[in-house]
Amino acid sequence: MQSIIQVENLSKVYKTGFQALKSVSLDIRKGEIFALLGPNGAGKTTLISIICGIVNPTSGRVTADGHDILRDYRQARAKIGLVPQELTTDAFESVWNTVTFSRGLFGKAANPAFIEKILKDLSLWDKKDSRIMRLSGGMKRRVMIAKALAHEPSILFLDEPTAGVDVTLRRDMWNLVRELRANGATIILTTHYIEEAEEMADRVGVINKGELILVEEKATLMKKLGKKRLTLELAEKLDRVPDALAPFNLAIGEGGTTLTYSYDTNAERTGITRLLQGLSEAGIRFRDLDTEQSSLEDIFVSLVSG
Amino acid sequence: MNYHAVWSIYRFEMARAFRTVMQSIISPVISTSLYFVVFGAAIGTRIESVEGVSYGSFIVPGLIMLSLLTQSIANASIGIYFPKFVGTIYELLSAPVSYLEIVISYVGAAATKSILLGLLILLTASFFVSLRIEHPFWMLLFLVLTALTFSLFGFIIGIWADGFEKLQIVPLLIITPLTFLGGSFYSIKMLPPFWQTVALFNPVVYLISGFRWSFYGISDVHVGVSVGMTFVFLAICLAVVAWIFKTGYKLKN
Ligand SMILES: Nc1ncnc2c1ncn2[C@@H]1O[C@H](COP(=O)(O)OP(=O)(O)O)[C@@H](O)[C@H]1O
Ligand SMILES: [Mg+2]
Repeated sequence: MQSIIQVENLSKVYKTGFQALKSVSLDIRKGEIFALLGPNGAGKTTLISIICGIVNPTSGRVTADGHDILRDYRQARAKIGLVPQELTTDAFESVWNTVTFSRGLFGKAANPAFIEKILKDLSLWDKKDSRIMRLSGGMKRRVMIAKALAHEPSILFLDEPTAGVDVTLRRDMWNLVRELRANGATIILTTHYIEEAEEMADRVGVINKGELILVEEKATLMKKLGKKRLTLELAEKLDRVPDALAPFNLAIGEGGTTLTYSYDTNAERTGITRLLQGLSEAGIRFRDLDTEQSSLEDIFVSLVSG
Repeated sequence: MNYHAVWSIYRFEMARAFRTVMQSIISPVISTSLYFVVFGAAIGTRIESVEGVSYGSFIVPGLIMLSLLTQSIANASIGIYFPKFVGTIYELLSAPVSYLEIVISYVGAAATKSILLGLLILLTASFFVSLRIEHPFWMLLFLVLTALTFSLFGFIIGIWADGFEKLQIVPLLIITPLTFLGGSFYSIKMLPPFWQTVALFNPVVYLISGFRWSFYGISDVHVGVSVGMTFVFLAICLAVVAWIFKTGYKLKN
């Protein structure tokens, strides 16, 4: 797979002396949706800001579509669109003007038809002459997305795109992201909502305290670290787990009506057969059973704390 | 050169001025008119002419310089400070524009605005007093060079400032006093010898003197010195701007 962004040993020490990135190396593949996952303060925004030219790197090297972001900043930046984390827009400008401005700023000739399409795609068309300060927060966020797309970037950064965003916008945004990807764009988003990464991403990178802990295909990650839980609904109430079943580390649910067994989907043996055997030998009958895949959230918690 | 970007920023900045017509155009015109009413008409009639020029006419170049300096600084400093303040600077920093292009567009727009304003004040003045411009070419040259220099200076202040007080402190504490003491309303030849020498340390004296010469052919210092000093200020501002961009001072972490 061709990579479109290459980050090599990137470090950042802020003037305060705080090291926000510790020798991060990362390849983003052309055409993928990459989720950068990490708690607040992990360094996600710092990483994006360096790639986009807003923050100076302390050491290391970044290329975007083969162009060094410092030496060939013009070519690199022309390819990139950024929707920053904070809602920052010109209050007094109209939607149409601010989006047109962005296109010009990135060196592209005016193209009213294209701006019209973006505004329509983002349900901003009827607001095109409104001053930005009159718009709701969600609408402002749409304006920022429109600005980022105005110069037809092939790489789009979305920094915490759905933080504080309503359901409609969230859904619209995901549709848009999928459409952009279908047209060949590469999308990098940061989030601390795991569901977001889980729902959208092809690959996931986990960053914590300035270190990139892991980069993995989402599916592989889920499989590799995925735990499953088997919950049995008991026919009769149970006070304590019989000693014979102790090796299975079963957990009794509230009220003693369920038993939960956790197992690793990748282990050679899941132990389910033996468990069921043990249950029947102990005379425990069950009415129903249910299995549950652990979420990225669980994976993340185990990675960060581990 | 990213011409689209330069043009976009320039147009954005010009639009900002027209949005705030009251603040950027009408108020300087009104205050200039008041100067004429007070100094020109009321007091000026009691002051004999200065070197053969009636007092009302004499103060016109100084008044234009006063507005040119303060408005150039105000326009350019707010132009770059505001995006920093509200955060929209992110877009400028992430755009494929060079620092030179940023300076050309912001400073160019600020200078354009103050040149237009200078001409507007000149027009206003012509309704109150009789004017003559002996050296129109030099008049325009001084107008353009001063507008550029002080717009650059304003740009520097806008980048340096991290609060609205800082934004206002330099114009208020340095520029306005220097302009008032720089011979806007009098010829420094009217001062006692000691203060004449002191005045020569005031850079604004050279600007006003040169500008007034282009109108009436009278000056406090030789016009060549005025032109030279203007270029020196321009060079200093350019050097500071170059340094800011080389180091990313206050723009990038
Ligand atoms: N301009 C700055 N100066 C000093 N420290 C900063 C600056 N910006 C961010 N940091 C620090 O760097 C760390 C990473 O911040 P950030 O990249 O914004 O994290 P994230 O986006 O993952 O929440 C945080 O601890 C933050 O306090
Ligand atoms: Mg962040």
